[in-house]
Amino acid sequence: MEDISKAVERKDHRLKMSGRAEYTCDKRLEGMLYSAFVRSEIAHGRILDITLPDLPAGYVAVGGHDLYDNHLPVVTDEQPVFAVDEVCFVGEAILLLAGPDLATVRRLCRETKVTYEELPAVLTLDEATEMAAHYHYRKGDVEAAFAQAAQVVEETFTTGYQEQAYLEVQGMVAQWDAENGKMHVFGSLQAPYYVKNAVMRVLGLDDEHVRVVQQVTGGGFGGKEDYPSLIACQAAAAAKKAGAPVRVAYDRREDMTVTTKRHPSRLHYAAALDAQHRIIALKADICLDAGAYPGLSGVVLQRSVNVAAGVYKIEHLDVDGRAVITHTVPNGAFRGFGGPQSIFAMESLMNHLAAKVGMTPLAFRQMHVVQQGDDTVTGGKFHQYVPIPDLLAKVEEMSAYSRKYAAYSQPQTGRYRRGIGLSLFLHGCGFTGSAEKDILRARVILRKYADDTVEILASNVDIGQGLKTTFSKIVAAVLDLPLERIICPNPDTDRVPDSGPTVASRSLMIVGKLVERAARKLKAGWESGKEQEAVADYEAPELIPWDMDKFSGDAYPAYSWGVNVVELEEDRLTGMTKLLGVWGVFDVGKVIDNTVMLGQAEGGMLQGIGYGSMEKMEAAAGKIRQNSFTDYMIPTAMDTVPNQIAFIDNYYADGPFGAKGAGELTLLGGAPAYTAAVEQAAGKAYPNIPLTPERILAAEAK
Amino acid sequence: MLDFILNGKKCTSQLPPQSRLLDVLREEFGLHAPKEGCGEGECGACAVLVDGMLWNSCITPLANVQGKSVLTLEGFRDTEKYKLLEQCFGEAGAVQCGFCTPGMIMAAEALLRQKPHPQEAEIREAISGNLCRCTGYNMIIAAVRMAAERGAGLW
Ligand code: FES
Ligand code: FES
Repeated sequence: MEDISKAVERKDHRLKMSGRAEYTCDKRLEGMLYSAFVRSEIAHGRILDITLPDLPAGYVAVGGHDLYDNHLPVVTDEQPVFAVDEVCFVGEAILLLAGPDLATVRRLCRETKVTYEELPAVLTLDEATEMAAHYHYRKGDVEAAFAQAAQVVEETFTTGYQEQAYLEVQGMVAQWDAENGKMHVFGSLQAPYYVKNAVMRVLGLDDEHVRVVQQVTGGGFGGKEDYPSLIACQAAAAAKKAGAPVRVAYDRREDMTVTTKRHPSRLHYAAALDAQHRIIALKADICLDAGAYPGLSGVVLQRSVNVAAGVYKIEHLDVDGRAVITHTVPNGAFRGFGGPQSIFAMESLMNHLAAKVGMTPLAFRQMHVVQQGDDTVTGGKFHQYVPIPDLLAKVEEMSAYSRKYAAYSQPQTGRYRRGIGLSLFLHGCGFTGSAEKDILRARVILRKYADDTVEILASNVDIGQGLKTTFSKIVAAVLDLPLERIICPNPDTDRVPDSGPTVASRSLMIVGKLVERAARKLKAGWESGKEQEAVADYEAPELIPWDMDKFSGDAYPAYSWGVNVVELEEDRLTGMTKLLGVWGVFDVGKVIDNTVMLGQAEGGMLQGIGYGSMEKMEAAAGKIRQNSFTDYMIPTAMDTVPNQIAFIDNYYADGPFGAKGAGELTLLGGAPAYTAAVEQAAGKAYPNIPLTPERILAAEAK
Repeated sequence: MLDFILNGKKCTSQLPPQSRLLDVLREEFGLHAPKEGCGEGECGACAVLVDGMLWNSCITPLANVQGKSVLTLEGFRDTEKYKLLEQCFGEAGAVQCGFCTPGMIMAAEALLRQKPHPQEAEIREAISGNLCRCTGYNMIIAAVRMAAERGAGLW
């Protein structure tokens, strides 16, 4: 059989390339109404009165009172679909107005008067006291270890917001079929069944009477995990009330102002070292800004605390994590999901500790890295081979890291100084803990038609990461069919079983395995020319059971691993940097498609470097200040260099053809490798990201 | 009423002259390949060619294209040049979510018309007004390069 990794043209390439793909903004339905929101202008207050202008015929306004249940289910249900009595952040939706002419709808929104009684607002993480989530775990005897330490080093790190900046903004179209009492929802989303369950609850409809269809989706990166449920409920409520299809289409400023982002964070670390420079104990105190409602923050936090010690083996550990409520836009899922904050802090700490004890960052890391068979921080195990030595050998060969590191450590003079930084990281694949087994219980169906084409029925989506292609390749390889015979349409909940959302780097590893198993079943009973079906349900691998209360056990079934190296030149006059080289080596198990995987690595690494360097977003008085591409800068083609990327083959038995999770891993190392390179060039430590030229210069001035 | 040439054919728009060209294309003429990524001239998802130059249609008033020739992906996708680009973008893996793609293709076409054999730096610059959040750009640059290498005589 041909190696499955060999690249093919993507299943949806021609459709997208030719501009024929139907995104949500391209959906047109007979009589469709346009909509706009009335939103809170203040960070916190009581709504005293809402006065609407006279609505012309054919125009409707919907709010919380129009709903069967105004609670949006996102893990918990604190967040209202529409604010009714109280507003908790700038931009919170109060009403949705819909009608045939968009300009008129917008005017009506402007003419709607909301009177508030302003209440005190908690605007920063430092002021916040109310907790959305709290996790704590310990290992060993931290106090005793600190008491014996030869040296104790403490440091506080901060990270900023990061906006997903998917090129296609959020959008949804809802259509009410009054005759059958059924709601149809079409949108840009990652989790069809999350949206379906939310609409069912909010409108009080049963399983049979809500249908969700994913449109071609222009990027998600986590931003379309939880958020689409909210606008789907809002659009659906309006469609039902108006008796006509309603489209919700954000513009970029609205999207950047009100949608979920990566959590800003503050991370305080204390490390205890023995006389041989080994870290014997570590305390981490992690605080994430949840924004106004808890939403996914608790789940995000689980991942932050789980990777608090990065890829290192540390005997005594005390990790405390909190997500706190502020009167700012709620934060949510973004590729890496709580990991990038901790990995940045831990990797930076490793560099700073290495400098303190007079070792190179690499040698100091090598003293501490985990190996197969070691315990994880939560008393689970690294069951599979940990390929860190292979990753390091490969990246050394590609980048000449050590030679350059030594060269740039010599005194540098002049305006331009060089530096090179390295980061090591891991990603726990799939959901944290036992959610796959206890909550999701994913199912996949393969349907074979009389012409022997096979359709994949699953609720996972292709949002650009190439899932249609990788899923199809798995089926084609098992059944030994040409790829053209495999169909993988966008999910429609009327047709596909619930195989869970496309999040947490789970789609290929977890659901892809079900796809593979279903294909094997189909193959075993294959009868050409006959309609047949094969079903596969999730089966949990043997693991150390996860206990969420004690925060112990195997948090993840498997880990992906990576190393990044960034080399750059810093201009001491302007604080600007120029990338000279970027390298990445990853272990994602078996690569299912070389080109698809390369795309994940290229895109993820650039998002990681953007996170560490230029993507600056702040809230002032509770309002997001950088809410356009003019103010919130993401990297352009001019900000990149040709990357060198490689993959290590490390077969994982519970993944399809040996594959593990891959999408999030690639983002994790960019920020710490970038800052490490700047630190070497500038000869300073930078604990805060994004490390913008302004920040570099401010530190130079000191 | 305003006349211009759209994808090689004479046409007349009924919309007011200050309308955004992007709306004219998408709403009046049903051409959905140009996309709105920002509406402020910052992302290039709406890019089209006007008399061979790359313009962001979201910040172009209809009046500005009077008498000019506007080319969208719809008017380009049946050409040999497009077919080569399609193949090269596919091979290089230059399309992920695809939302930036129609604008990218127009940017590539604008470049190759001017410079059939661009250097890497020139490709970077030519697509620097087109944001892509998925690919990290390098695979797009590789695709354009591949097309330039294989496209002897096409541009
Ligand atoms: S939509 Fe026109 S430049 Fe972004
Ligand atoms: S492919 Fe998604 S924005 Fe370019």
